[in-house]
Amino acid sequence: MRKLFVPVAIVTAAMFMYAPFMILDAPYESTMGLVQKIFYFHASCGMAMFAAAFASGIGSVLFLFGRKPWADRLAVAGAELTSIIGLLVLVTGPLWARKAWGVWWQWDARLTSTLVMWLIFNAYLLLRRYGGPGSDRLAAAVALFGMANVPFVYWSVNVWRTLHPKTSVIPSLQPGMRGPFWFCVVAFLLLFSLLLSLRMELEKRRQELDELYLAAEGD
Amino acid sequence: MTIRALILSLALFAVPVYAQTQQPPPKPAATDEFVPVDKPTNAQETIPAPRLVAIAYGFIWVALFGYVWSVRNRLSNVERELETVSKRVGTERR
Repeated sequence: MRKLFVPVAIVTAAMFMYAPFMILDAPYESTMGLVQKIFYFHASCGMAMFAAAFASGIGSVLFLFGRKPWADRLAVAGAELTSIIGLLVLVTGPLWARKAWGVWWQWDARLTSTLVMWLIFNAYLLLRRYGGPGSDRLAAAVALFGMANVPFVYWSVNVWRTLHPKTSVIPSLQPGMRGPFWFCVVAFLLLFSLLLSLRMELEKRRQELDELYLAAEGD
Repeated sequence: MTIRALILSLALFAVPVYAQTQQPPPKPAATDEFVPVDKPTNAQETIPAPRLVAIAYGFIWVALFGYVWSVRNRLSNVERELETVSKRVGTERR
């Protein structure tokens, strides 16, 4: 991954620089107009948020049953990214909703379940930060609940009546919108993988530092 | 007594039936698909869409740059501390 980091970072930066031009070129939506263009980054962030939640959940499962330090690093990195990318989703969504629905927020299934999932991963981070010894295993269980929320968030728009666009929007995208959308999704997933590896590296260094402090105390 | 019970039963049946007929108008359904057009259709806007789009994209860029900066900063701090502690441990062992 270290060898791949710089080339992937260059490709991702180039994609992020080109993405606004593709979004500008994309056709307007008939009822929502310009504000629908938030969709390209909002939905891509949503996908990256799901990927981050899965990374944290899978890392937590492997840590709970295998006690692998790298799995714990994956869980922490995934949780922090779920919190950061989730914040982007929760901020850009209401900006779109204000124009499209006339309200900033609606307590419907999609928005509420997304907020709950985001709060669960923030709880994970708080637990890791202030939980004291043994909080890593407790937090791993919290991350499992967070990951279990992902399918509910995804399908909530199809099961319950909501103002949020359904999942059928993406497969039915017209060619002019499909290209920019998948381009943004790939850019965000690449960025997510870069940030995940960077954050895991930070956690690895922290673990090394802790071990060094313990060794120094032992001497 | 029987008449009272009959009236009460009728009232109990009537309330749900009335409620059923008096339901509020349903909310607009969720969007199933986006329909593309060449130009935005609503020229006179009460809520300025360009501002909302600019805030959304601006926020994403700023937050992502901020996060990358924060991780880089934390990483360099830990690297520095690692170096200091390993030097200290090295001198103590000698």
